[in-house]
Amino acid sequence: MSTAPLTTAAPAAAAAPRSRGRLAPDTWRVMRRELRPLMREPVMMVMALVQPLVFLAMFAPLLPDGVAGASPLQWFVPGIVTMAGLMGASMTGSNLTEEIMSGSHERLLVSPISRTALIVGRAVKELVPMTVQTAIIVAVCAPFAFTVHPSGILVGMAILAPFCVGVGALSYALALASEGQEWLFWTVQQTLLFPVLLLAGVLLPLDGAPGWLQALSKANPLRPIVGAERALFAGDFPAQDLAWAAFASLAVLAVGLAVGLRAMHRAGR
Amino acid sequence: MTTSDAPHTPAIEARGLTRRFGDVTSVDGIDLDVHPGELVALLGPNGAGKTTTLRMLTTLLAPSAGTARVAGHDVTREPAHVRAAIGYVGQKHGTGHAHHGRDELADHARAHGQSAAEARTRIAALEAALELDGLLDRKSMTLSGGQRRRLDVALGLVNNPGILFLDEPSTGLDPQNRANLHAFLRDLHASRGTTLVLTTHYLEEADALADRVVVIDHGRVIADDAPAALKCRLGDALELTFASADAARTAAPAVAALAGVHDGTLAVEDRTVRARLPHADRAAAELVPRLAAEGPAPVALAVTPSTLDDVFLNLTGRRLRDAAAPADQEVAA
Repeated sequence: MSTAPLTTAAPAAAAAPRSRGRLAPDTWRVMRRELRPLMREPVMMVMALVQPLVFLAMFAPLLPDGVAGASPLQWFVPGIVTMAGLMGASMTGSNLTEEIMSGSHERLLVSPISRTALIVGRAVKELVPMTVQTAIIVAVCAPFAFTVHPSGILVGMAILAPFCVGVGALSYALALASEGQEWLFWTVQQTLLFPVLLLAGVLLPLDGAPGWLQALSKANPLRPIVGAERALFAGDFPAQDLAWAAFASLAVLAVGLAVGLRAMHRAGR
Repeated sequence: MTTSDAPHTPAIEARGLTRRFGDVTSVDGIDLDVHPGELVALLGPNGAGKTTTLRMLTTLLAPSAGTARVAGHDVTREPAHVRAAIGYVGQKHGTGHAHHGRDELADHARAHGQSAAEARTRIAALEAALELDGLLDRKSMTLSGGQRRRLDVALGLVNNPGILFLDEPSTGLDPQNRANLHAFLRDLHASRGTTLVLTTHYLEEADALADRVVVIDHGRVIADDAPAALKCRLGDALELTFASADAARTAAPAVAALAGVHDGTLAVEDRTVRARLPHADRAAAELVPRLAAEGPAPVALAVTPSTLDDVFLNLTGRRLRDAAAPADQEVAA
């Protein structure tokens, strides 16, 4: 090792930090960085799909014919797409947990990259696995009793997208809060995951649920989203339900980003 | 040229820097001035507050009290300016496990405002300087400890910083990799004039590498000088053995009369006279012929140069190796 090669035209250390207006390039840089390992090993995206696909294969056949007036698959697939989105986005913070432990998170914090970009870039990257996972689930089900309505699916993904980004941001916030006690991340994630899924009617219809369950599920932002996904995957566009679902999804996005940004900006305080 | 570039701007100027974690005061009012071009080691046992100090200086941790300016900028009010001016090599690794070194270096360079072409040139130079050929296009988790450490140093130097901070840089390295890293850092300091601030709990590292050692214990600076000056002030251990206890007692006043013998260090025990004084080797060379002429002559002689461990022992009453604070104090930082 020698410093001799370093004498060649080294760029001068910046005397002043880069001006504002670099948020977009920073966010893009963070997002690309997050995606690189996925692009090199796309199989990692399928890993998050294992559980939803198992549910699809082993749970859907248990559902009675004519659930909500459709084939079991037609009713179940939108729920599984939502479940895959929720699972992937809620687990994504574990990548940050790993980066906190390895030290790369700390190195990024000492660089001039904006704190906002560090959370937004990561959360927005969730759109890529969400899209790939939806495409795989639809492709797997297409040969069976499942009618593909492409425009409905596209609108469905647009409604699901803010929710996934918001949950991703929350997952990163949880990872930051779990620094030094990594078990906390998985404990909280696993504890919340299934109540949220069940209370949204993802696995079973909530029509016959007792009053207290109904009340709880009304507070679950995922419930109107799953309802909208079911309508859209069946080729229906009920304007009011879609608007309500979009509102719920955007609300999760707003809360997720607010909590995530606060957590990232408070790092080290 | 902005004022922050002026050569007289201190690299680091900390006043009363303090960090508390709950009831524990990890750093307790540290004052520190580092001039551009210095090579400073913060030395102390685990849990002494070295890493917490470094984390405050590098904007990773907010001070509970006190102020610090790094490269002319306040770490609390202008963290972005500080980050733009410094390089940082943490205790752990700077690259993500699944990421390739070249991508991480390029992103880091671009984040510092370099153009794609500038980044490529800079990465090529670092690749050559740190012997990273063939290692940058692999997942960093496949690299050996020494290789990955060199990549960490490369990340710290991407932006050609005026000040480079290194937190326990040689922990976990084998002796050869450690020696190589030391040589590289000395070279960097000598040829580029880079200000280097590192933490270490290795006496040998502080002694071999640093121009200046800041000894930290219980969150306070307890000594701050060149390693040689710290050791010289403490003096060397001189031990003269005589043929009999009587001879030792007879010779003791001559030893006590040597220049610079520290108060309270002269001791006669059986046939041996001990004392601590600066430059004991020279003093002994002058004393022995005198004693031989005037009697009694010593039969054995030992001069033990003091080490930084002796300095630490003298300051704290504890050996550096045994002095680690209760576990987790530093980790919690």
